[in-house]
Amino acid sequence: MATIYILWLRQLKRYSRSKSRMIGSLGQPLLFLLALGYGFGPIFEKAGQGNYVQFIAPGVIAMSILFTAVFSGIEIIWDRQFGFLKETLVAPVSRTAIMLGRTLGGATVALFQGCIIFVITIIAGFRPETWAAIPMAFVFMALIALLFTALGTAIACVLEDMQGFPIIMNFLVMPLFFLSGALFPLKDLPGPIAIITRLDPLSYGVDGLHGALTGTLQFSYPVDIAVLGIISMVLLAIGSWLFSRIQV
Amino acid sequence: MQDTIISASGVTKKFGDFTAVNDVSFEVQRGEILAFLGPNGAGKTTTIKMLTTLLKPTSGHVSLDGHDPAHEQSAARRTFGIVFQDPSLDDELTAMENMQLHAVLYSVPSDIRKTRIEELLRFVDLWDRKDSLVKEFSGGMKRRLEIARSLLHHPKVLFLDEPTIGLDPQTRNHLWDYVQKLNREEGITVFLTTHYMEEAEKVAGRIAIIDHGKIMTIGSSEELKKQTTTATLEEAFLALTGNAIREEGASSADTMRQHRAMWGRGGRR
Ligand SMILES: Nc1ncnc2c1ncn2[C@@H]1O[C@H](COP(=O)(O)OP(=O)(O)OP(=O)(O)O)[C@@H](O)[C@H]1O
Ligand SMILES: [Mg+2]
Repeated sequence: MATIYILWLRQLKRYSRSKSRMIGSLGQPLLFLLALGYGFGPIFEKAGQGNYVQFIAPGVIAMSILFTAVFSGIEIIWDRQFGFLKETLVAPVSRTAIMLGRTLGGATVALFQGCIIFVITIIAGFRPETWAAIPMAFVFMALIALLFTALGTAIACVLEDMQGFPIIMNFLVMPLFFLSGALFPLKDLPGPIAIITRLDPLSYGVDGLHGALTGTLQFSYPVDIAVLGIISMVLLAIGSWLFSRIQV
Repeated sequence: MQDTIISASGVTKKFGDFTAVNDVSFEVQRGEILAFLGPNGAGKTTTIKMLTTLLKPTSGHVSLDGHDPAHEQSAARRTFGIVFQDPSLDDELTAMENMQLHAVLYSVPSDIRKTRIEELLRFVDLWDRKDSLVKEFSGGMKRRLEIARSLLHHPKVLFLDEPTIGLDPQTRNHLWDYVQKLNREEGITVFLTTHYMEEAEKVAGRIAIIDHGKIMTIGSSEELKKQTTTATLEEAFLALTGNAIREEGASSADTMRQHRAMWGRGGRR
């Protein structure tokens, strides 16, 4: 317990001390919100789909969480490069506790980042369907944060340095985002794309967020929560296993 | 009475085709201070990594207080403390936070945690800087903090991999006095490496000379001098390992540092 707490705290401290990281990770979601939200807005409306800012806001929140979470997970590579990783590797505590502490810490940071974006979308004109659904939205934000921090950590355990990072961004994180229903409705998609979007765990997070914030649900809450929860557990377990196999 | 706490038998470690440690066997008795001396790239750090669960031997067997570091990792980890040759602090935390994190990871009881942290930070002369971020420290200050951190919990075995690199003579003497005191009063076994002959001679009961992954000889400094018919340990060392400068100048530590310098300038923030 103490181990989990101290490693969770470490992630928060590192985050709160790097202002540039905080501000830097706001840029991309903001760009999407403004460029797409307002740029595509008119077309989207002409197609009879309603207000695009209203549609895209949950997706942009999910995006900011996704990016921050994966990046927090990947931070383990910095630890390897700067040497701190060895301190945790030889520590007489369970690998699962180390993984949990790190992942919860990274997820908290990502959740916080998501909240900032949430506030920004509201400033930009987004209005949730009902304010009573906010707690439900938080549940999904937390689950997205947890899942993708665990994913980032697991991946980082098998990478030696940051050189693989662009590959992960371009071939994993970006596709996860674009195929998640964050930018377009999942309803009535042609076959192959429909299947792919269903294989993307982020789809279930975005769906839950849409359900809570805009009232349109493609799957269902239990399905969304179950999928996100189970995949998070599996990734945590895989991460702990990969972590225990690191040699330096 | 023989009471072995560290043993290695026929231990070999290969990185690809390259054999870093080649069929090494030795034993360390409980309460002993053993020094590993050897030229750059001899395999000292690799040996320590195999003893401390960081690397698995390619073949052979190591044992730490009756546990096999390659398989009973948790049990093995509970027995030792270590100062790594390479940096291992969290630069984004303060000195105090680094100490506290270590105290939690090693479950140092909270009643002695506070006093011991203060005692050790004063010991390495960092108490005034306890709330500074580690990234603002000089190289020597970081090293001193790593040393203080490794002494925070009192393990059965203490591994010190070139603990004195980058330290001024005052701190070096200070450190060895403290280590000897721990060894005397608490019976802590010490496994150290160094490139300073006089340190090995002063502190270690026995000295192992290792070169090209093989142990050339092991014994007290008197025995080494007698064996090579030389007057000083340095001459004995040179007689055993030859005068050639090692080509593998860029050891893992150096490459690490190059990486650090690179990332430090460009990548981060
Ligand atoms: N991860 C690795 N991959 C490949 N080669 C390695 C690795 N780690 C160490 N080596 C090689 O193994 C040899 C022994 O390295 P080691 O770090 O054990 O030397 P050392 O005795 O500690 O030297 P130094 O005095 O420079 O610290 C060196 O030739 C080194 O290049
Ligand atoms: Mg070394």
